[in-house]
Amino acid sequence: MSAQEAALASTQEHHTSTGLDNTKMVMWAFLGSECLFFGSLITTYLLYRSTVLPDSGPVPSEIYDIPYTSVSSFVLLMSSLTMVLALSSSQRGDMRGMRIWLLATALLGVTFVGGQIFEFTDFVHEGLTLGSSPAGSAFFVLTGFHGAHVSVGILMLLSLVGMSMSDKLQPGAARKVELIGLYWHFVDIVWVVIFTVVYLIPLE
Amino acid sequence: MATAALFERRGFMSRPSATTGWWSWVTTVDHKKIGILYGFTAFIFFLIGGIEALAIRAQLAGPDGTILDADTYNQLFTMHGITMIFLVVMPMGVGLMNYFIPLMIGARDVAFPRLNAFSYWVFALGGLFLYSSFVLGGAPSGGWFGYAPLNRELPNYGMTFYSLGLQMLGVASLAGAVNFIITILNMRAPGMTLMRMPVFIWMSLVTSFLLLFAMPIIAVALFQLMFDRAYGANFFNPAEGGDPILWQHLFWLFGHPEVYIMILPAMGIVSEVLPTFARKPIFGYAAIVFAGIAIGFMGWGVWAHHMFTTGLGPVANAAFALSTMFIAVPTGIKIFNWIGTLWGGSIEFKPPLMFSLGFVSMFIIGGLSGVTHSIVPHDAQQQDTYYIVAHFHYVLFGGAIFGLFSGIYYWWPKIFGRYLSNGLGHLHFWLMLIGFNLTFGPFHILGLQGMPRRISVYPDEMGWNFWNLISTIGSGVIAASVLVFILNAVRTRTKGEEAGADPWDGRTLEWSVPSPPPAYNFAEEPVVRHRDDFWHTKYIEVPEKSPRRVLAGGANGHDEHSEHGHIHLPSPSYFPAMAATGLPVMGYGVIYNDTGASWPLIVSGILIIMLSLFGWVLEPSVHEE
Repeated sequence: MSAQEAALASTQEHHTSTGLDNTKMVMWAFLGSECLFFGSLITTYLLYRSTVLPDSGPVPSEIYDIPYTSVSSFVLLMSSLTMVLALSSSQRGDMRGMRIWLLATALLGVTFVGGQIFEFTDFVHEGLTLGSSPAGSAFFVLTGFHGAHVSVGILMLLSLVGMSMSDKLQPGAARKVELIGLYWHFVDIVWVVIFTVVYLIPLE
Repeated sequence: MATAALFERRGFMSRPSATTGWWSWVTTVDHKKIGILYGFTAFIFFLIGGIEALAIRAQLAGPDGTILDADTYNQLFTMHGITMIFLVVMPMGVGLMNYFIPLMIGARDVAFPRLNAFSYWVFALGGLFLYSSFVLGGAPSGGWFGYAPLNRELPNYGMTFYSLGLQMLGVASLAGAVNFIITILNMRAPGMTLMRMPVFIWMSLVTSFLLLFAMPIIAVALFQLMFDRAYGANFFNPAEGGDPILWQHLFWLFGHPEVYIMILPAMGIVSEVLPTFARKPIFGYAAIVFAGIAIGFMGWGVWAHHMFTTGLGPVANAAFALSTMFIAVPTGIKIFNWIGTLWGGSIEFKPPLMFSLGFVSMFIIGGLSGVTHSIVPHDAQQQDTYYIVAHFHYVLFGGAIFGLFSGIYYWWPKIFGRYLSNGLGHLHFWLMLIGFNLTFGPFHILGLQGMPRRISVYPDEMGWNFWNLISTIGSGVIAASVLVFILNAVRTRTKGEEAGADPWDGRTLEWSVPSPPPAYNFAEEPVVRHRDDFWHTKYIEVPEKSPRRVLAGGANGHDEHSEHGHIHLPSPSYFPAMAATGLPVMGYGVIYNDTGASWPLIVSGILIIMLSLFGWVLEPSVHEE
C-alpha cells in the first residue's frame, strides 16, 4: 500500500455499525429527500400543464423545441459519463486525469445551464412567463429548481478542482469525488424524468 | 507527521478555542451543549407562544371581547400555532434527541457534529426571522396551515415571512434528521443491535425518516407560495386557473406526518419513563417498536382526512376514512403496551412518571376524538369548530407537551447533575393537568355547539359564554403551573439535591456515565449484551423472585478511566453559525423584493453561505495538536 493509499484509508475507514461510510449514507438520505422535492414539483406541473386561461400566453407544450432540448439533454447525460471517468481517475490516484474530467463535467453542466437560460429567454419572448399562467409558474419553478441544482453541482465540481490544485483534496479525494458524483448523477436522472414527463409526453 | 502539517495549513480563520463563556456556545459542536441550546431556546418560545395563547383566551373570555382587534387576533393565533409546533414541540424533542441519542447508543457524539450546530443556528435564526415580522409590518395572519388563496392575498409581509421562516425551520429539521438517521444507524456501540436499542431511539429514528420525507413537500408548497407572493407566480391564484386545493394536498401531505413527528418523540420518552418507574422492562418491546414503525408508514396515507369538506368525492373520502381509523390500531397497541408495563409494577410516583401518566390518559382522550373525525359526515359537522381545536390540543398539549415535560423531569438530573424538586414537580403536574382540562375540555362542548375556530369575537346570545370563561380561567391555571416549573428550575440551580450518575436506578446507557456527562461521554466504548444493558450490569434475574442487585456491578457511574487524552473530540467551529446567518439575509432580500436592497441582500446571503461552506469544508473536523 502506497503512502497515498494509506492516508486515504486512514480517513475513510471509521468504524461504523453498518460498515457503510457516514458521508455516503448522508448523501443517499439527502437524495431520498430530494426525490420528494422534485416529485412535488413534477406533480404540480402535471396538474397545471394545460392550465392557461384564454389570452394568458401560450400553453408550454405548444412552444417546446424538442430537438433543441434533446441536444441539451444529451449534453447533460454525457456529463454523467465524464463524471464516472473523473471518479475512476481519482480512484487510480491520477489527479491530473481527475481534474481534466471534473472540468469536462463542469463544462458540460455549464453548457446545459446556458442552454436552459437561452430557452427561458426564448419562452419569455413567446409570452410564457412565471406570471403568465399557472402552467408557466409550474414550468419555470420546476425547471428553474433543476437548473439551480445543476449550478450548485458545477460549483462543487469546480471547488473539487480548486482544492486538488492546492493539494487540499487529499486525503480521501476519491471519496469526495464519489460523493459529488452521487449528487451529479441524481440531478441528471431527475432531468431524464423531467425531459420525459414535461417535454416528451404529449397533451391529450 | 506530514499529514498533521498539512492539516495545520487548512482553513482561513484560526480555530475557536473557548470552552466556557457565551462564545463557546456559539462555536460548540458538542451534541450535549447543542441539546441544551435547543431546549432553552424552545422553552423561551414556549413562554412567548403561551403569552400569545393567554392573550387569545383573554379576548375570548366573554362575548364581544375588546382587548384585541381582529387583525392582531389573527396574527396572535397564527403565531401561537406556528410557535408551538415549529418552535416548541419539534425543537424540544430535537433537543432531547440531541442530548440523549449518542448517550443511549453508546457514542461519543453525533455523526456530523458541525451539521448539528448548523441545524440549531438555522432553527434559532429562523425563529427570530419569523418573529421579526411583528416589528416589520405585521406577523403572518393566515393560520398555521396558511390556506390558499388567502395566503397569497393577505396584505403586508406577514405571509411572506411565513413562507420563508418555515422554509428555514425546514432546512434546520432536514439537517437534524439526516444527522440523527446516520448517527442511529452507524454510531451504535458494539453489541447495540437494532432490537436492543431503547424505544426512544427507535422513535427518534422513525421521526427522523418522517422529517426526511415530509420536509421537502412543505418546502415545495412554501416555495410556490413565495413565488406567488413575491414574484407574481400563479400557483394558488383562482383568477388565473390556479387550484387552492393543491396547497391543501401539499400542506397536509406534509402536515399529517408532521403530527407524528411531534408525538413520536414523546411516545419514546414515555416508553423510557414507564419501565424505569414501574421497575419492569417495557411490555412487548417488539410490538411497541413495530407499532411506531407502522405509524411512520401509515402516517403517509391519511392526509386527506383534513380535507373531507373540500369535495374529494365519495371514493377518496371512504378510503381516507378507513386509513384514518386503521392508524388508530398501532397507536392503541402502544397504549396497551404502556398499561401492560405499569401492570404489576412497583410503581414510584415521581414527577417524570406523573407526566407520563398524564400523557397516556390525555392522549387517549385526544386519540378517541381523533377517530371521530375519521367518520366523514361527523367530520363535516366538526370541520372548523372548536371540537377540532379540542382534539389537537389534547394530542399536542396533553400528549406531546406532557411527554416532553416527563422527559425534562426524567433527564434533568443527568443534564445538570441536580434533581428538580419533587414537591414542586407534583404541584406543577397537578396544576397543569387541571388547568389543561379546564382550558381544552370545554372546547369539545363549544365545538359541538357550533362555535367556529378563528373568530375574534362572538355575540352574547350564542350560549358560549360560560364554557369560554371556564376555558380562560383554565389557561390562567396552566400559566401558574409553568411559573411553578420555572421556580423549580431556578431553585434547583442552587438548592437542588445533587443527583448521582444513576438517580432513578435507570435501565439505559446514559445512566452509566457521570451526571452531567463528561465532554467525551464514555471513557471507554461500552459493549452491549442485552436490551436495557445497564440494568443487567446491576441486577441478575432470579426466576419468580424480584431481581437481585449485583454488588460488584457497573453501577458506580464513576469514571475509572480518566486517561482520556487519546480521545479526539470534534473541535468547535465558527462556520456552522456563520453559514446559518446567510439564510435570514436572503430571506429579507426576498421580503423586500420591491426595493433596491433586494438583490444585494440575496446575493450577500448566498455569498455568506458559500464562504462559510468553503471554510467548513477546508477545516478538518478534528483539530490535530
